[in-house]
Order: sequence, then C-alpha cells, then structure tokens
Amino acid sequence: MISESAISNTKSLKKKGSSLQKRETFAAWSFCALPLLFLFIFLITPFIVAFVISFTDQRLISNPNLPTQFVVFRNFLRLFNSSSFHQALWNNILFVLVVVPLQTFLALLLAVLVNQKLRFINLFRTIYFSPVVTTMVVVAIVWYFLYNPGEGLINQLISFLSFGKLGPYNWLNDTSLVLPAIMILSIWQGVGFQMVIYLAGLQGIPYELYEAGRVDGANSWQQFWRITIPQLRNTTIFVIISTTILAFKLFTQVWVMTRGGPQGASKTIIVLLYQEGFTMLRVGYASAIGVLFFLIVLCVSIFQRIYLKEERAVV
Amino acid sequence: MASTDITVKNPQKLSLKTRKNISVILNYLLLIAIAVFFLFPIIFMFVSSIKNNETQIIRDMSNIKAFIPYGEIGIKNYFDVFQQMPFGRFMFNSVFIVSSTVLTGLVLNSMIAYALARIRFKGRGFIISLIIALIIIPTEAVVIPLLLMVNRIGWLDSYQVQIVPFIVDAFSIFLFYQFFIGLPISLDEAAKIDGASPFQIYWKIIVPLSKPVFATVAILQFLFRWGDFLWPLMVTRGYEYRPLPVAIQQFFSQDPKVWGDIFAFTSMVTIPSLIIFLLFQKWFMRSVASSGIKG
Repeated sequence: MISESAISNTKSLKKKGSSLQKRETFAAWSFCALPLLFLFIFLITPFIVAFVISFTDQRLISNPNLPTQFVVFRNFLRLFNSSSFHQALWNNILFVLVVVPLQTFLALLLAVLVNQKLRFINLFRTIYFSPVVTTMVVVAIVWYFLYNPGEGLINQLISFLSFGKLGPYNWLNDTSLVLPAIMILSIWQGVGFQMVIYLAGLQGIPYELYEAGRVDGANSWQQFWRITIPQLRNTTIFVIISTTILAFKLFTQVWVMTRGGPQGASKTIIVLLYQEGFTMLRVGYASAIGVLFFLIVLCVSIFQRIYLKEERAVV
Repeated sequence: MASTDITVKNPQKLSLKTRKNISVILNYLLLIAIAVFFLFPIIFMFVSSIKNNETQIIRDMSNIKAFIPYGEIGIKNYFDVFQQMPFGRFMFNSVFIVSSTVLTGLVLNSMIAYALARIRFKGRGFIISLIIALIIIPTEAVVIPLLLMVNRIGWLDSYQVQIVPFIVDAFSIFLFYQFFIGLPISLDEAAKIDGASPFQIYWKIIVPLSKPVFATVAILQFLFRWGDFLWPLMVTRGYEYRPLPVAIQQFFSQDPKVWGDIFAFTSMVTIPSLIIFLLFQKWFMRSVASSGIKG
C-alpha cells in the first residue's frame, strides 16, 4: 500500500515535472533575454567592431570622398614603430612596477594596523578609506594645488624635512618627477580599497592556527611570516592583479593634471587612445590601441587564473 | 611556594603592563600619523573653500595656516560657483545618471543571475562561461567603437548614452550568481510544490533573502559610476547632460584659476559622497571586502 502510493506519487510528480521543466526553461530564458541583449549590443558588438576597425583606416566622421579602406596590419605596424606608443607603454609599465608592489605592501600594513583590537579602531578604518569615496577628478585637482611648483605645501614640507637642502621642485612640469607625483596621489586615493580587502582576508584566517603557532613557540614576527602571509596568498594575488589592471587603465588623474605632458612624460595608453580616437578622430588607429590594451589586460588576468588554480590543486 | 611565586610574578606583570601601555601609545601615534596623511588634502580643501579672500589662500598654501580657518571666513566662493555655472544641473545629471544605472542594473543583473543559479536549463553552462569571460573586457577597450556606434544612432549628448550601455554588468551578475548559488535549494522546491512561478520565487523568496548582495552591488556600482570620467568626457558637449566629474575638470581648466571657487566646487561634490559613506560605512567596507572574494 505504502509503496504503491509512493510510486503513483512519483509518477504524478514526474508528469508534473516535465510541464514544470518547460515552464522553467521558458522563465529562465525570459530572465536572461534582456540582459543578454544589452551585453550583446553594448559589450560584445563593440568588442568585435574594435577588432574589425583596427584593420581599417576608419575615421569618426567618415568622408564620402575617402571611403574607409581595409589596411590590414598598417595600424599595428605604425603603433609598434610609434615613439609615443612606446613612451605611453613604458610609462604604464613603470607605473605598474612602482605602484603595484608599494600599494600592495602598504595595504597589507594598514590592514594589519587596523585589525588590532583597540578603541576607536573603526574611526581609523573610516579615515583611511575616505579617499576612496572622493572622486578622482577632485583628488587630482587638490593635489595639483599641493604640488604647486614654488610655494606648494609638498615643496615646503620637503624643504622643512631636509632643512632647506631639497627643493623646490617643479613637480608636474618636470619630466622625471611628473610620474612619481601622479603615483603618490594614486596610491593615496586607492590604497584604502585594498586595505579593506586585506582586512577581510586577515579576519578569515582561523584563530586556531595562531594558537597552534604559539604552542609551538612562534613569536609574533614568525607567526606573521609563517601563518598570516601564506594564508593571505589568494588575497594577495587578487590585490596584485586588480591593482595591475587599474594601473594600466590610468587616465583620469593624468588628464586632469597634465594631459600626458610635459613632453609625453606622463602619457599613458588610455591617454593616447583618447587623443588618437577623440581628438584626432583616427578611430581605426585608436581601436588598434584598444585591442592591444585588451590583450595586455587579458594576459594579466590569465596569470591570475593560473596562480589561483595552482592554489586549488595544492589544497 | 605560593608566596615566592607571587613575588616573582608581580614585578614581571607590572613591567609587562607598562610595556603593553607603551606599545599601545606607539600604536596610536602611528595610527594618527597615517590618519593625518589621509586627511590633510581633504581638510585643506574644505578650509580653503571657506576663505573668501583669494590672495589669502595663495599666501597660506605654503604653511600650516592652509589648515586653519581664519581671516575672512564665509561662503562667498560657494555663491560664486552657483553664479558662474548651473551647479544644480550638474549635480542632478550625476545623481540621475548614476541612480538610474545602478537601480535598473540591480533588477536586470539579479534576474539573469537568478535564472543561472537556480534554474537548470539548456544553454545555462554556456551563458555562465560567457559572462565570466566578459568580466575581463574593460570598458576602456571598447569606448572607441562604442563612440562610433552611439554617434551613428544620434545618442551623443544625452542621458541614455551615459546610462544604457552600463546597466548590465558582467561582474555584478557574477556577484549575484555567487550569492544565489549559496542559498539552500530546498527553498525553491518548497515554493514550487506550493505552485509558485519562477518569478514569484525570485521576487518573494530570493530577493528578500539577498539584501546583502544587493547592497554590495549597489555600493560598488555607485563607487565606480560616480567617478566615471573618460566616457562622459567623450559623449557630452554642452552643459545640459554633463555630469559632475567632467564639469569640475572643465571649470578647473579655465584660466585664470580662482582657487577659492574651485575648492568650493570640489567640496560640494565631495560632501554628499562623504556623508553617504559615513552613513553606510559598514556596508561600504563589507561590499569592498566581498568584491575581493573571487576566482
């Protein structure tokens, strides 16, 4: 009796199931349709178009007398031979080489500091994070004033700390100082974000590990190197990769402060892309820059996936 | 035995206590020094914005007086900003563009994520891999062809050109998906037996349980969209549709620079976002933290 009713029950459930499944599939596709359409129009299509027009001499406002032509690799060849592209790429790489390690290290340091159980620690977390919610254009303008060549606050501070021996510097007009100046304000604005990510990582480390470490006689320095750092491996990879990608996207602060000058000393890939595509209206050439920029970001992301996979295999 | 134990332990305890106190004080000194580093540009900006006398701002910039509100204090600079340009319009543009992008995005991104996480259907695996692949494409790589496209359909200088392309966001979908997939499937099954449709399950069960991820996506999108600069710089021409970041930059690049007015402008942009941050501080921290749990 019991088994019979159970069988009939499952049968009716199965019957109900197939019509349910149809209804569910329909519902699923109706949920997906609009978002997929948006992605297709505003991300996938321009992405494909970028590749296509990077092989043409397309201009923003097409000239009816000069139809757009297929130029094969001419844009890319010109790009590889262009000194301003070399300069922009090198500036971005320099920015990555300095800012990524420094910002990652500082973010970890800040996270360890604000992870202590002290009174008012939340206040300090809030303060350290507040530049992140300050719009980058505002940050760039305020620091532009602080970097004022003659009497600017930064120059005065350096002169004060060095007993008048150093400075004044012409920060934003000096080809060798403009990039470091932009690096400093970028770290100032961005480090709070990574600090919070590290803070979450620190709080995710099981407390028992530290207890076990203490039982084995590890001092706090050893605990930091043997427990904290290895446990934060995935967080560190994420922070490094996302900061690297952000560093390649560098545009806003440069555009506000220097427009890539002096003499291209602060020109970046995106600044070049904007100038070529928007100011000079060379859309084909600018798309080639966009394609190369995407390939760089892709390589960086692949690195992340490889390293994270390795971690999974170990665990 | 017991008495010797106490006599040995007591002085040690005391010295430990003083040592601890010293380290706490050093800790606070370090924390305060770093706080000064993070706060000084912001304080400097606010203080300068209420100094009515432009020459005083220039005179004060080289020393500690830059941080002290003294002399002719007032809100003249703020009035100047309103007189010289439609500040209210810029503020409205930014608020309107960001809030409509974020709010519409919450609906569309969570709905597709719900379908992918909670309903088994053909093509699901493909869509998931497609979306994860799309996360990698940065906006910067597609702005030029996108500009070409919106130019063809006559969208330049409008609200929709700053809203529509950014509503659906692969990373937001991914965040929703990760959260939804962690909810117990028995919830859906119980509702199904009661005859609930997929939309009812989404709206009545999943959404109420998912407030944290909605807050996370809303805050992250707000942070990213509020500071958007490259795209609006390309697609806005006049005052009508210009958002705040582009408006500040254009005001700043006019010569001669009137710093009092510039700082009044930047202060008015910064104050609302700082207030929102202070009100929802915990949520901001949580959102940023969960953006890191990836891969």
